[in-house]
Amino acid sequence: MSAMKPKHQRLVLVVLALIALVAAALLAVYALRNQASYFYLPEQMRDDPPAVGQAVRLGGMVEPGSLMTQSDGVTINFAVTGRESSRIPVRFSGIVPDLFVEGSGVVAEGRLGPDGVFLADNLLAKHDENYVPRELEGMGEHQAAEMAEETTVGLQ
Amino acid sequence: MIAELGLAALWLAAALAFLQMAAGALALRAGPDSEIARLTRPGAVVQGALALVSFAALLYVFAVTDLSVALVAANSHSLKPWIYKVSGAWGNHEGSMLLWVTVMALAGGLIALVERRLPERTMQATLAAQGFVALGFYAFLLLSSNPFARLEPAAREGLGLNPLLQDIGLALHPPTLYLGYVGLSVAFSFAVGALLTRQVTPDFARVMRPWVLGAWIFLTLGITAGSYWAYYELGWGGWWFWDPVENASLMPWLAATALLHSVSVLASRDALRVWTIMLGVVAFSMSMVGTFLVRSGILTSVHAFAVDPERGSFILALLAIYIGGALLLFALRAATISEGERFSVASREGALVFNNVMLSGILAIVLLGTLYPLLTEAFGVRVSVGPPYFNPVSAIFAIPMFAVMAVGPLLRWRRDRWGRIGKQLALIAALLLAGLVLISMIGGIALLPLLGLAFALALGVASFLPLRGRRLARTPLATWGMVIAHFGIAVSLFGMASESAFSTERLAALEIGQATTVGPWQVELAAVGPQAGPNWTALAGQMVARYDGGNPVEIVPMARSFWAPPQQTSESVLVTRWNGQLYAVLGDAAEGGRWQVRLWWKPFVTFIWYGGGLIALGGMLSLIGRVAGDLKRRRVRRRARQRREDAEVPA
Repeated sequence: MSAMKPKHQRLVLVVLALIALVAAALLAVYALRNQASYFYLPEQMRDDPPAVGQAVRLGGMVEPGSLMTQSDGVTINFAVTGRESSRIPVRFSGIVPDLFVEGSGVVAEGRLGPDGVFLADNLLAKHDENYVPRELEGMGEHQAAEMAEETTVGLQ
Repeated sequence: MIAELGLAALWLAAALAFLQMAAGALALRAGPDSEIARLTRPGAVVQGALALVSFAALLYVFAVTDLSVALVAANSHSLKPWIYKVSGAWGNHEGSMLLWVTVMALAGGLIALVERRLPERTMQATLAAQGFVALGFYAFLLLSSNPFARLEPAAREGLGLNPLLQDIGLALHPPTLYLGYVGLSVAFSFAVGALLTRQVTPDFARVMRPWVLGAWIFLTLGITAGSYWAYYELGWGGWWFWDPVENASLMPWLAATALLHSVSVLASRDALRVWTIMLGVVAFSMSMVGTFLVRSGILTSVHAFAVDPERGSFILALLAIYIGGALLLFALRAATISEGERFSVASREGALVFNNVMLSGILAIVLLGTLYPLLTEAFGVRVSVGPPYFNPVSAIFAIPMFAVMAVGPLLRWRRDRWGRIGKQLALIAALLLAGLVLISMIGGIALLPLLGLAFALALGVASFLPLRGRRLARTPLATWGMVIAHFGIAVSLFGMASESAFSTERLAALEIGQATTVGPWQVELAAVGPQAGPNWTALAGQMVARYDGGNPVEIVPMARSFWAPPQQTSESVLVTRWNGQLYAVLGDAAEGGRWQVRLWWKPFVTFIWYGGGLIALGGMLSLIGRVAGDLKRRRVRRRARQRREDAEVPA
């Protein structure tokens, strides 16, 4: 390329840099469509499940009474519930977040297994009063109302 | 009283920023020798001092826990250890923004005080730009995030600081990062000043270089420390999560790294004029985008202290003005900057340009990946973008970059032949191939870690090749700096690849007295009992760890409960050996009197941060070399002038 007319060097450099940047952007857009992990509510996952093995996130309430610890002491099974009495069983191996309890909100990162059980690699729970996983924020609207109903029944 | 003093100092500093901007701008018309031009430099210096006074006032109210200040009441607690009281001053939105403008004002004051090499007109324009940017952030602070607002009546007790932030890492990480983040504002202002006065010259690059280098060193240290902090404090065993907040610090670093190299080309070869200016604008723009992401509350993370849409739109408006304005100026003036020196593809400039483009590509990929969830959310689709996107896609650009990085420093400036460095090229290629073949023979290693290990090997050796044939004692410090920083990249890359390829994890529920293994370690749970600290209680697991049946090491990971604010954290324990780290976390009680234990063995994981340290050290050596060389040149010139004057006197 040293034979190239030096007059146009700047132009050539600019064009090459632009090509590289556009390539990066196209690559990013292409990869984002495939690799971004989508957020599912339980009812969405029931009606239109993601492909088995695709990385997704599932957010909902931990169904009261569903939490079971297996005999190895570190694997738990529970169900995440959403609207329209939707219910997705979840399996997770690991140390659960501190505020992970039955009846609380949770976001599970993982993938749907072939048997319909969601295999979670990571659980995000409400961390403290200042730090709520983003997906749990908007969820409050309908579920908080349901929860409030459930929890105030006994008081009346 | 002290709080009011701090607030008054802040208003005065803002007024001086306005003066600095106005005087600098008017001086462009009136000329650098006019009355008005004489106000700019003192304005910048006094503004820096006032901002410092204001920040000192904030430190004071936090140190004495003055609960009549709303910010202290919301973020501190009288029972907190002293060091966390002080560091809590910037562990919140308002305090960290005050730190932001303080650093910006200090940087502006410093250039006003010491920088005399540029034409005075360019300096005036630069200081005006610096004042203009600072003014926006003063307005943000004073109008929407006043750190000194009083609370009436005073609180009885503070609400406390997020326990995750009560760590020595926090005491150092944000100030270091901010020095880098905001230090880049100087590069931005120089770029704007040079554009306004059409003075894009090697001299300009030589003036800008130490500032870019200094900011870049702090950024490197800040990112390295932040990564280590996340690694041991969060207890997840990971060291980089591609969290938007981490990306917010990585993006300015990528731009600053590119800028650092292109400014060197401009300084020594008078090429890449437009590109350098562009990067100067982009680097600080990335700092501002990062500030927007972190401070607007658009993200939820441990870094986002408050969700307040008003603040978000305020910062967004500032972003639009500054980035948009600078890019507009760039578009108008770029064509008038004449082309610099030319060079052939096989030259050091060629390699630097290639890697600049690669760095920009990675920057684009990280930026798009970070913004994508925000964009899709506007359309009601919630996604998260994580390692499955960032790792492979950025590797597509990073791997050619590592290859060129190994070769580039061996090339000559302007024009070279590949044949001249044929032997070195063959050595690097042989190392790379040997690494790929040997490491893939271990088996079970994914493609990216395999490539990482092989490139780390090749690059580690190649980074020392530029010293071949030189007399080491006479090699300039800046060259040593480059060699060490490039070697640091190899070391860090090796750590990352090794952690990803060879880490082993064990998750188990253990009875007291029971043992488990992870990698070469045997770990026994000896006892679990309560412990108490100044503002927490904890369940502490006493464990005995043996490496390969060797001497026992006692470790005590804890699950801590803080009461102000009420929050649980897990205090992991790290056992560091030269060849890696054992990482232990205590979980919850399991049925049957067992306890959950999570253990990792991470071979050579520490190399990630050793590498980061080496990169910063390389930067420091280079900075010292440049500044010392500059001072020497000035001394020589002064002596020459004196001698000339002495010679003239008798004549």
